[in-house]
Amino acid sequence: MTLLKSREAILALAILLLLAVVATRFPAFVAPANLARVFTDTSPLIILALGQMVVILTKCIDLSVAANLALAGMIAAMMNGAGVPLPLILLVVIALGAALGAVNGLMVWQLGIPSIVVTLGTMTIYRGTIFLLTDGKWINAHQMTDAFKAFPRAVVLGLPVMGWIAVAVIAGFAVLVNRTALGRAFYAVGGNPHAAVYTGISVGRTQCAAFVISGALAGFAGYLWVARYAVAYVDIAGGFELDVVAACVIGGIAIAGGAGSVAGCVMGALFLGIVKNALPVVGISPFWQMAISGSAILIAIAFNARRSGPQGRIILKHAEHRA
Amino acid sequence: MQAQSQAVPGTQAVLSLRGISKSFPGVRALNGVQLDLYPGQVTALIGENGAGKSTIVKILTGIYQPEEGSITVDGRETHFPTAQAASAAGVTAIHQETVLFDELTVAENIFIGHAPRTRLGLIDRAEMLAGAQRLLASIGADLDPKARLRDLGIASKHLVAIARALSIDARVVIMDEPTAALSHKEIHELYDLVEKLKAQGKAILFISHKFDEIFRIADRWTVFRDGQFIGTGQMADVTEAALVQMMVGRAVDQIYPKRPARIGRPVLTVSGYGHPTEFEDIGFTLHQGEILGFYGLVGAGRSEVMQALFGITRPSKGACRVGDEIRVIRTTAQAVEAGIVYVPEDRGKQGAVKGLPIFQNVTLPSLARTSRAGFLRLAEEFKLAREYTQRLDLRAASLDQDVGLLSGGNQQKVVIAKWLATKPRVIILDEPTKGIDIGSKAAVHDFMSELAAEGLAVIMVSSEIPEVLGMSDRVIVMREGRIAAEFAGAAMTPENLVRAAVGITGEAA
Repeated sequence: MTLLKSREAILALAILLLLAVVATRFPAFVAPANLARVFTDTSPLIILALGQMVVILTKCIDLSVAANLALAGMIAAMMNGAGVPLPLILLVVIALGAALGAVNGLMVWQLGIPSIVVTLGTMTIYRGTIFLLTDGKWINAHQMTDAFKAFPRAVVLGLPVMGWIAVAVIAGFAVLVNRTALGRAFYAVGGNPHAAVYTGISVGRTQCAAFVISGALAGFAGYLWVARYAVAYVDIAGGFELDVVAACVIGGIAIAGGAGSVAGCVMGALFLGIVKNALPVVGISPFWQMAISGSAILIAIAFNARRSGPQGRIILKHAEHRA
Repeated sequence: MQAQSQAVPGTQAVLSLRGISKSFPGVRALNGVQLDLYPGQVTALIGENGAGKSTIVKILTGIYQPEEGSITVDGRETHFPTAQAASAAGVTAIHQETVLFDELTVAENIFIGHAPRTRLGLIDRAEMLAGAQRLLASIGADLDPKARLRDLGIASKHLVAIARALSIDARVVIMDEPTAALSHKEIHELYDLVEKLKAQGKAILFISHKFDEIFRIADRWTVFRDGQFIGTGQMADVTEAALVQMMVGRAVDQIYPKRPARIGRPVLTVSGYGHPTEFEDIGFTLHQGEILGFYGLVGAGRSEVMQALFGITRPSKGACRVGDEIRVIRTTAQAVEAGIVYVPEDRGKQGAVKGLPIFQNVTLPSLARTSRAGFLRLAEEFKLAREYTQRLDLRAASLDQDVGLLSGGNQQKVVIAKWLATKPRVIILDEPTKGIDIGSKAAVHDFMSELAAEGLAVIMVSSEIPEVLGMSDRVIVMREGRIAAEFAGAAMTPENLVRAAVGITGEAA
């Protein structure tokens, strides 16, 4: 537990260091208003990463989140075009996202197909569905109502609604993961699936629940994305699922399941968000951006690998007894 | 060799072990044992669970290194630092679960690692097939060398393993319970094969629990008990009773804290429990305050019955009554609700969730009780965890500590605390003291006694005879998926338990 905390401390330190380095070159970056902007910009990543986190905790992975986001976003834009009121649109995209997540979850649970295979398939299917719905046509800003576009950008207490939504999701996840039986089950299932079965926890049902949560958030983020960027087409958020997984890995969510925290996950997403926003302003080429993100992933994994250190030491102690 | 090994005149042992010792944390698995294997003879290695048979097999095949003692092959002292070294010295083992490659063909399995090569260094497929054909024919096995292994039955896989042993010119063949999963007909084919191997001059080490087959095919016997060498000799000079006596004849040097319990009303009645492949005709009644021991050899189906009672697997037949109600148990949640809990044998795999702190492990099945309106209350969780871990005298720095950092004994206490916190009526303890240190063992025994005294019904599955006899009010012995016998009172003797477990009928000697 203390080790987990210290890993989050290391991550927080890395973020501060990153901000400090950027500040020497471009002081305006660390102005509160700009940091709020960076946070808002990173909101979709934070929201999806938290959904992904519970999936990874249960030893699964959801590669279909970005496609789910794009499909839900397209449906939102089309419903807006048909004059459906915004609250109903929100309900529909969340329900749709949850349903798409449930498809993944049910296949993992009932058919026992590895999640990476299931979501690789549904990722393509969900994207293909958008094409079938639209024939590849775009929905542009002028085809969207102002209310539809304005909601995520409306500023409340100095932060756009989109940022507040991320804050709410973070708070919700803190409660879900730490204060509910389902949250505890995520850790138990990922930490030791056999023991979970012997404790009366259904591994498949828990995994399915994680996929539904991840899907619902992706659906919701679909609306936010389309409204904020005021455009919807087949390829929005293409490849974003990898950023989401990367945020989790950097945030210390063990890819083997069972370990990780909301704080770590959020910081992992923020780290990526800051890198993405800061490097252009200090004039570093986007290729470096990728290299830095990639290095961050590898360093994070190296830290995670160190986590198994103490276990190794215990085994050696036994070996000492033997000698 | 020397007089002590009672060598057959004119025959020298191919392989001799002397003074072999091997320890694991908390256990001295082998303590100065000896073993001799002679060409053209079958030596049966006999011993109760935990006698050290598997350890000696692993030493002979280079998987474990002994701390003391010598290994002599053809009169020359040697050692087996790796599995390859043992194989090069001509020692090969056919395991209970045959270690072969399912996706490869029969011929590939026989020659993997030493396949014949063409001049270009590629595998000579024709030569390999021909070689496989020759080897299979030499043991009278009618198998297609091109067949894929996964399409074969267990008996055929044994034949492939034996052909493989012959292909590396093995002189010592270890058969570790080779008949455990075979049908009657296949067992007889295996006996024929053993005769063929004998005729070829192989030295065979035959490990088996079944007395009928030992007396049928073995020439010599060696008995181990608790990691000690007890004796060796010719089969012709020994009786079943004498072997059983050697297997169990130990002084009970431990005092068990069993308190006389007040046996109350029946709590759990199981009748006609059956499973397609695991067990049949299981029926027993468990009373309040009773400790019911389940003894049997490893693999007799005891854990499988318990797992069915706990809803891990589903029985195909039979009924289960808890208190006065018939209960259908299909899931673990239903079992817990009916008041049945199970502390599994494999704590690392099935018990504790490493990575979660102690208190979260304890409260995992009780979260409904510690939460309000769907939200967990940490204070309540800590209270519950503290109450039950204190009762079990858990030694830990804090309840926030990761369970994975605790010792085996303390992990066991966490798992037991977890189940006691659900307030069960029946607690099933599967090998409750396996692999834990002596101090924790005594604590677990003490606690078990206390639970029974408080009116809980306890089922204890154990392979340790002293523990079974010391702690149980009654003992059920299982053998090959069925209840072989039930003993109470004066009939609870080591000899009776072992005779029932290995399938010797008739009165105790």
